[in-house]
Amino acid sequence: MLDTDVKVVYQRPRGFEERPTHYCPGCTHGVAHRLVAEVLEEMGELEHTIGVASVGCSVFAYNYFAFDFVEAPHGRAPAMATGIKRSLPDATVFTYQGDGDLASIGMGEIVAAASRGELITVIFINNANYGMTGGQMAPTTLPGQVTTSSPMGRDVERQGYPIRMVELLSSLDGAAYVVRRSLHDPKNIRMAKKAIRTAFEVQKQGVGFSMVELLSTCPTNWGMTPASARVWLAEHMVPYYPIGDFKVSSSIAYNKPKGGD
Amino acid sequence: MQTEVIISGFGGQGTLYAGQVLAYAAMDEGKQVTWFPSYGPEMRGGTANCTVVISDEEIGSPTVKYPKAVLALNLPSLDKYEDMIAPGGCLVVNESMVNRKPERTDIRVVILPANEIAQEIGNERAANMVMLGALLANIDILPIEALEKALKNHTAQRLQKFVEMNIQALRRGGEYRAA
Amino acid sequence: MALELIKGNVAVAEAAVRAGLVSYFGYPITPQTELLEYVSARMPELNRAFLQAESELGAINMVYGAACTGRRTMTSSSSPGVSLMQEGLSYISCTELPVVVVDVVRGGPGLGNIAPSQADYNQATRGGGHGEYHQIVLAPASVQEAIDLTTLAFDLAEKYRSVVMVLMDGSLGQMMEPAELPPFQPIKTEIPDWAVRGIPGRGKHVLTSINIDPPAQERTNIRLMTRWQEIEANEVRYKGYYLEDAEYLVVGYGTAGRISLSAVRAAREKGLKVGLLRPISLAPFPYEVVSDLAEQAKAFLVVEMNNGQMLEDVRLAVANRKPIAFYGRMGGTVPFADDVLQEIEDLASGQLGLEENPRDRWLAKMRVEFGTGA
Repeated sequence: MLDTDVKVVYQRPRGFEERPTHYCPGCTHGVAHRLVAEVLEEMGELEHTIGVASVGCSVFAYNYFAFDFVEAPHGRAPAMATGIKRSLPDATVFTYQGDGDLASIGMGEIVAAASRGELITVIFINNANYGMTGGQMAPTTLPGQVTTSSPMGRDVERQGYPIRMVELLSSLDGAAYVVRRSLHDPKNIRMAKKAIRTAFEVQKQGVGFSMVELLSTCPTNWGMTPASARVWLAEHMVPYYPIGDFKVSSSIAYNKPKGGD
Repeated sequence: MQTEVIISGFGGQGTLYAGQVLAYAAMDEGKQVTWFPSYGPEMRGGTANCTVVISDEEIGSPTVKYPKAVLALNLPSLDKYEDMIAPGGCLVVNESMVNRKPERTDIRVVILPANEIAQEIGNERAANMVMLGALLANIDILPIEALEKALKNHTAQRLQKFVEMNIQALRRGGEYRAA
Repeated sequence: MALELIKGNVAVAEAAVRAGLVSYFGYPITPQTELLEYVSARMPELNRAFLQAESELGAINMVYGAACTGRRTMTSSSSPGVSLMQEGLSYISCTELPVVVVDVVRGGPGLGNIAPSQADYNQATRGGGHGEYHQIVLAPASVQEAIDLTTLAFDLAEKYRSVVMVLMDGSLGQMMEPAELPPFQPIKTEIPDWAVRGIPGRGKHVLTSINIDPPAQERTNIRLMTRWQEIEANEVRYKGYYLEDAEYLVVGYGTAGRISLSAVRAAREKGLKVGLLRPISLAPFPYEVVSDLAEQAKAFLVVEMNNGQMLEDVRLAVANRKPIAFYGRMGGTVPFADDVLQEIEDLASGQLGLEENPRDRWLAKMRVEFGTGA
């Protein structure tokens, strides 16, 4: 009797390698990776996709995704993705970048790619610090937030203010779809997946540049348990980095994602 | 046999173009040739010069300290290059744009009012071709017909209407001989 | 094929297009800009990719991405821009990708000026970025050679999965000479196996320059070095003039090499037995050729438009067997053949000893002649 009732409700997406990640327990990189893999599988794009990994904790992203990947110099992923996309216009090309990579050293490349309306998709992980190097202050670190390079808390008088990338890029004409989502609870994760789907659809439709910022946790460097990190994200990051659609080009033809809510 | 020519004037006087016409003609005559421009931030009104080297064998340096010939289209060019011309060389001076006579006596000097001659032909901008015609009449590098042919063969379609005027300018310049 | 009177920068651009260039990425900088301007019209006309990048950082990384797809790609720039590209060149070299870079060198350091220079010899031939790697460096001395070496650069880049730099200078970029362009090569249809292209059913391909495990990086570097030895064995190129009976040897490359040719001819007319060696591949450098000539020559004169960078390679090859003099002009100043002739005559007067450091002797003279501006 039992075998007839067995239903697969959860399994490794086809876009994932069968290997454990090196990410810390409770880190939301795994969730973000999974959402990308699921979306590309659902779109039937797995074998037409080239990912561009960046420098940061996700430098080894290509070890986990089961499709073609390249690894870019720090901050340069949008330029490298541009070179790939211009050479292979039919491929689905995306970058996967953290906040230090995208909002600090790579500011020039991301702004230029967005303003060109480059037909790439950017998955932007904002966890408010430099994770890989051990939790230093990032451009996205919140005012007062303690990091290993702002040990007294980020002092905006001396260290400046955080950068809201989605808001900044949304002012550019080339940007077609620029939104912010969060990964701190199931409802937001479902919303994030929908946005990622739309972003890739925007690329396939040739509308313009697309980016999904994902508010993410870094329990290890924040010095918190995974659960309390999610609470901290909701209570501190979401108010500063509001979830929402900051640029949705009117020429985007919405396809209702399968299985979404 | 190698001849080096420096063509110098204000930006906008067509010195670089005159050098190119000379280079085309040399190429079509089967000579080795280099055309080397001064290049700088000034696009108009500054000084502009080019060096054309014409030779029978592989050309070494595309620039020279002591050229065989100089076309000075304005006073600064005369001041700059008069002393540099190799002994026995040739200096062509645009009288319309200078207020002094050259001093060298060990070179051939051709003086002509290139701007006025060009105006008579119908366009002051052909002064560069007048100067070039005078050069060819005074040193033995290429026959003037080679330049006429080069003008016909290497002028873009939309500029072909100026070819006849430029040929006339070459010929008028060619009437002048060193004193 | 007929000769065309063609500017160096434009000739290189058209040669690249005819070599089957699929994409070009660059950023405007004098004295290279005509190259970028030319391809900005030419590439779209052929339905190929041209993009003016936001910076040289952007340009080299676009080239990096395009090279990952296994198709012919290139960039061009001039000294300050090539400095910005060094990061990318190191990554590209480690990822073992074929890329062609044209560097139209100008006066430096710093913003310097836009005049012709050879000051970036060390940066080009030593691998100007971080980590141990080599790149092939080809130095044309004429517009025709610039065309031929650009064509060759794409072949060598693919053969050795290496960066190939065509090292020119402002004068070669700006000058016009009659030259013959090669026939149009079709774009290659076969894609190298290592390329990342998102091909269904082929399995995952990854291109990266990270080897987090040091022994893996060491193996990579052994592979790169082994390939470089192969390049050193097969790709040395140079041109000799009047070498047979030469007692005095001038060594110069690119523009300094052709200026030296005029000086060598003038010296021959004066009865001096002088020859010229003009290295064409600066990396790999023709060490053996110079070494053999050291047996024959009484003394050497190295002529460069820099502070004596190739001089060190000549010194390595000569190994203190014969005296070496150096004549260099810096900061965008181009020597005249008459100046080089004077140096040849000084050399032939036979005063130079083995113990003298050629750079010290040269610099002392430069200080007296031109001052330090201090």
